[in-house]
Amino acid sequence: MNAMSIFSFPGSGPIWLSVQLAAVTTLVLILIGTPLAWWLAGTASRAKSVIEATVALPIVLPPTVMGFYLLILLGPYGAIGQWWVELTGETLTFSFSGLVIASCFYSLPFAVQPLQNAFEALDRRNLEAAWTLGASRLDAFFTVAVPQSARGFLNAMVLAFAHTLGEFGVVLMVGGNIPGETRVISIAIYDQVESLNYTNAHQLSAILLTFAFSALLLMYVINRRWQRR
Amino acid sequence: MNTTNHLGEQTGGAVTLRYLLNRADFSLDVDLSIPLRGITGIFGESGSGKTALLRCIAGLEKPAIGQLAINGDTWQDTLQKLSRAVHERQIGYVFQEPRLFDHLDVSSNLEYGRSRRHDEKNSIELGQIIDLLGLNGLLQRRTDELSGGEAQRVAIARALLCAPRLVLMDEPLAALDRARKEEILPFLDRLHTELSVPILYVSHSIEEVCRLCDHLIIIDQGHILAAGDIQSVLVDLDLPLLAGEEAGSVIAGRVAAYDEEYDLTHLKFSGGTLIVPGKHGHRESELRLRIRGNDVSLCRSRPTDTSILNIIPVTVDRIQSDHGPYALIRLRAGNDLLTARLTRRSCNELGLKQDDQLLAQIKSVAVRNTPAAD
Repeated sequence: MNAMSIFSFPGSGPIWLSVQLAAVTTLVLILIGTPLAWWLAGTASRAKSVIEATVALPIVLPPTVMGFYLLILLGPYGAIGQWWVELTGETLTFSFSGLVIASCFYSLPFAVQPLQNAFEALDRRNLEAAWTLGASRLDAFFTVAVPQSARGFLNAMVLAFAHTLGEFGVVLMVGGNIPGETRVISIAIYDQVESLNYTNAHQLSAILLTFAFSALLLMYVINRRWQRR
Repeated sequence: MNTTNHLGEQTGGAVTLRYLLNRADFSLDVDLSIPLRGITGIFGESGSGKTALLRCIAGLEKPAIGQLAINGDTWQDTLQKLSRAVHERQIGYVFQEPRLFDHLDVSSNLEYGRSRRHDEKNSIELGQIIDLLGLNGLLQRRTDELSGGEAQRVAIARALLCAPRLVLMDEPLAALDRARKEEILPFLDRLHTELSVPILYVSHSIEEVCRLCDHLIIIDQGHILAAGDIQSVLVDLDLPLLAGEEAGSVIAGRVAAYDEEYDLTHLKFSGGTLIVPGKHGHRESELRLRIRGNDVSLCRSRPTDTSILNIIPVTVDRIQSDHGPYALIRLRAGNDLLTARLTRRSCNELGLKQDDQLLAQIKSVAVRNTPAAD
């Protein structure tokens, strides 16, 4: 990975990898989470509670438990892993793709819940108005529902990104510690502490801390500004 | 009582519909033909099904079963599993609340409907609508910077700009206070005279209906009680909804003269001349006059000492005395019909009966500066 050469200290690889992982995961989660949250916000189905509980599981489950099940699911003999091997010839576990899939499960509630809240708060009467003005359901969704839920999208993206960036247990179980492939920043920090390289551990931890704080601060500031409007 | 009325048939364009809609607390069962011209009022008390009827026409009531055709184009026929989606129905809908999109400014709200307009040939110039509804100073505003009346005007403009074949207005003034209503009504008058788009106007205010509408549909508990041109429906004495304080009639008048000295307008109608305060229209303009039953009193001989200017010879057409202390008396004056609302006691003391020749004293006449129904 050429981008790594931009950075000069030993943590550069894991930082870049973490950013890539978080970006791809956030993108996938917005794509999957939006229709899921929309359905949850509008449905009267009995299945709603079951789906909501399932989505929320990663919030309370120890990452090792999630990681363990994902390891089995994504492994070469697991339901998803086996299918992946047939499709690509490679195994999902201990690979970047595997990490993306695992992260999507792990960060799902952080994307779905803000979106669901935003969609539930949406004034659906505005959608009726859009339909009568000639907008199809999909058109009205993108031109009225999405912009009016902008806050929900911002929150979902920030939380999913930051949460993925900070994951440790699941990565360790599913991805291990392969430089350039699965050694993300949190794993690298653990590594440095294990080998008593406190300076590096300090640097990496400070970067992660600063980033997480800035991202959350930005989110809350923007939210506040929108609220005041 | 007519449950089906086919108003539109004599002049082509009509909305014909049959709908059944059952809800836990309410059911709608209507069969109607509504002319595709002018403003048709749908009048009833709250909970009578007025809004449900509009929502059925717009396609917003999923569980409704029935048929709907606009000028022969079938929009819905649930028997044949046919139903146009809301956005394909070529309607403009003005809701009780403005429902403007707050992520867009006023001009983008207008553009939202305009860029998705249903049918090029119904489209109305943006500039014309902006002038008509007085939106010139508002275009760059955010929607939360508008007053209630301004927001509703923008909503009306937005609905008109999507080039509808039919505009549905669901009590667009109900959420506004009296002053705001008075601010919007002249704009609605102008829509009526300057645009040809037909409007279905839901209201629970007789006053609004009398001012704006050419045709009137009376709905009660989900059923149509009467439908027809407004003059004839208003003088149907058997409609309890119309027997209250606001009972009255609407007639067409023509300006005969203006009396500058006293600032009075003389209006001719088929039964004589009415004198009203102020200057209205110009010579020969057609005006709509509303006369409330409470403002009409009856005498057997011409009163000599009276402050009332308007004394019109009338013939008793019908007496209806089923309304508590009051009796409604329908009067013929020329080809027009007026309603008088008297106490039953006065009615008895005068010994009123059908075909009596009387004099009606008319205390006040409300004038609208646009023609009455065609």
